Amino acid sequence: MLLNEMLLLGAVLFCIGVYGVLARRNGVLVLMSIELILNAVNINLIAFGAFHHTVIGQIFALFVITVAAAEVGIGLAIVLLLYRNRRSIDLEQVDLMKG
Amino acid sequence: MLSSVPAIAGFVRPDIDWHAVAPELTLLGVGAVVTLVDIVLLERGRAYTSALTGIGLLVALIPIVTLAADGNTREMFGGAFVVDDFALILKAMFIVVAYVVVLLSTNYIAEGDYWENEYYGLLLSAVLGMVLMASARDLITMFVALELLSIPAYLLAAWRKGDPKSNEAGLKYYLMGVFASAIMLYGMSLLFGLAGDTRLAAISDAVSGGDSNPVVILGIIFVIVGFAFKVSGFPFHTWAPDTYEGAPTPVTAFLAVASKAAGFVALMQLVHAGFPGRDDVYQPLLWILAVGSMTAGNLIALRQENIVRLMAYSGVSQAGFMLAPLAVAGDIGGEALSAVITYVLIYAAMNLGVFAVIIAVARRTASGEISSYAGLFKYAPGMTILMSVFMFSLAGIPPLGGWFAKFAVFRAVVEADTGWGYSLAAIAAVNSVIALFYYARVARMMWFENAPEGADTTSLRVPPSLVAALGLTGAATLLFGIYPAVITHFTDGTLIALP
Repeated sequence: MLLNEMLLLGAVLFCIGVYGVLARRNGVLVLMSIELILNAVNINLIAFGAFHHTVIGQIFALFVITVAAAEVGIGLAIVLLLYRNRRSIDLEQVDLMKG
Repeated sequence: MLSSVPAIAGFVRPDIDWHAVAPELTLLGVGAVVTLVDIVLLERGRAYTSALTGIGLLVALIPIVTLAADGNTREMFGGAFVVDDFALILKAMFIVVAYVVVLLSTNYIAEGDYWENEYYGLLLSAVLGMVLMASARDLITMFVALELLSIPAYLLAAWRKGDPKSNEAGLKYYLMGVFASAIMLYGMSLLFGLAGDTRLAAISDAVSGGDSNPVVILGIIFVIVGFAFKVSGFPFHTWAPDTYEGAPTPVTAFLAVASKAAGFVALMQLVHAGFPGRDDVYQPLLWILAVGSMTAGNLIALRQENIVRLMAYSGVSQAGFMLAPLAVAGDIGGEALSAVITYVLIYAAMNLGVFAVIIAVARRTASGEISSYAGLFKYAPGMTILMSVFMFSLAGIPPLGGWFAKFAVFRAVVEADTGWGYSLAAIAAVNSVIALFYYARVARMMWFENAPEGADTTSLRVPPSLVAALGLTGAATLLFGIYPAVITHFTDGTLIALP
């Protein structure tokens, strides 16, 4: 069972995702980075599920996939709204409110 | 893997206790009816949706009362969904808060430019998630409940589609929220890996024991940080002021009270049922969050000029007070939960009251600046008195509700009788004094300043639904302070029964 390798892959994807969320300024790329984190979670869940010989990991992963789809749907809607009103999805420019 | 296949083939539907899920099913049904009314009646349906939602929420209280009268702890799905005293108190609170939010929304949304039926559908969906959260004793159920309450809230925050400020509120809330829930999920996957099960009871068994396995520590920290975002604890509060300012004010009230309470519900369950054996990990983390939130929230609130931003930072500071008993939960056990629930209930009443006044006053001034409250006493004396009551209650002045909330927190942290507890009590005491400055500043503005030249100072007319909301919250704030037994009757005793 390649549990360690799976978890390492998950951890690497997680780190890339976190870096992407913090460093990227394009709304869509941030959404994709969040997807990377969620896929790291799925890899972890399925690897641990196989390790423990239980289907719960896979069930949890299915829930994560479904909810992530809903989340990204909403996220794209909000980014689209932003684009309609400002003709840009650069997150640095979204700074009407401060303090 | 293959060994588990026969178990699936022999799948039998678990028993469902319909009485226990009746509140959730009622909310689901009301949401469906509201959506149907929208689809069938179109424009004509607009007149009914708000009233329908309000009535539906009150109907959902009936099964909660019958469950409370019944008094048994009900468990389903092997302990993943539990209805006990803890769940019932908080479910009732969420539904009453949602009812007050509907009262606040009625005129605000009807007088706006946007289609209103989806608003109530989304609100009901978020309430369903919160009510589910109160019963969730399993990572999957918790995750689904969290998303069910967050996803509609992202949309509600961006409700005014053409307003760039509302867009920005929705975007910031969405990005920070999804990021936090992704980190929380990574923590959950680690905890699941340790336990091989998602139920909190199994996780409690797996993570207990003194070994400092880094996976345990990382898992616990990530999960708590995920919910610290929901309660807007420092340093995960950065979304709150911008989202609160940009979102429609009734939505802000909903986020500031119900959404924050839902985060605390999850934290209480995790701390009490999920990792009670690991207070060496969660106590220092929650101590830092509590102290940081109280202090940073207060200090930034001192220099706010916008009333909604002031309330956002005041909310960060109040979240610190609510986190404080959890930071000593390992030493005092269930009493930490009693203190947090007491605080959450009182906070809900006084904070909703403040937002009701903000909405009522903004109907005249169309401004959120604190300076626009100058001379309020001249043209809206009732509103001024109520706002002062809520503000001094938030500051913790007896005999208003807030003092008892603070008293419950102080009693809990001192009872821990540890250095952590006493230091928390001392920092909380200093912060209570600092908070008085900015709450009193609003009161001074209303009572002693003169209204600006040329301002409309004919007496303020308030629509009946807002009057009802103000009456409810004002009465609750006074009652909780003068006669706290109303609350302690429900919050004292063993709330979460451990298996």
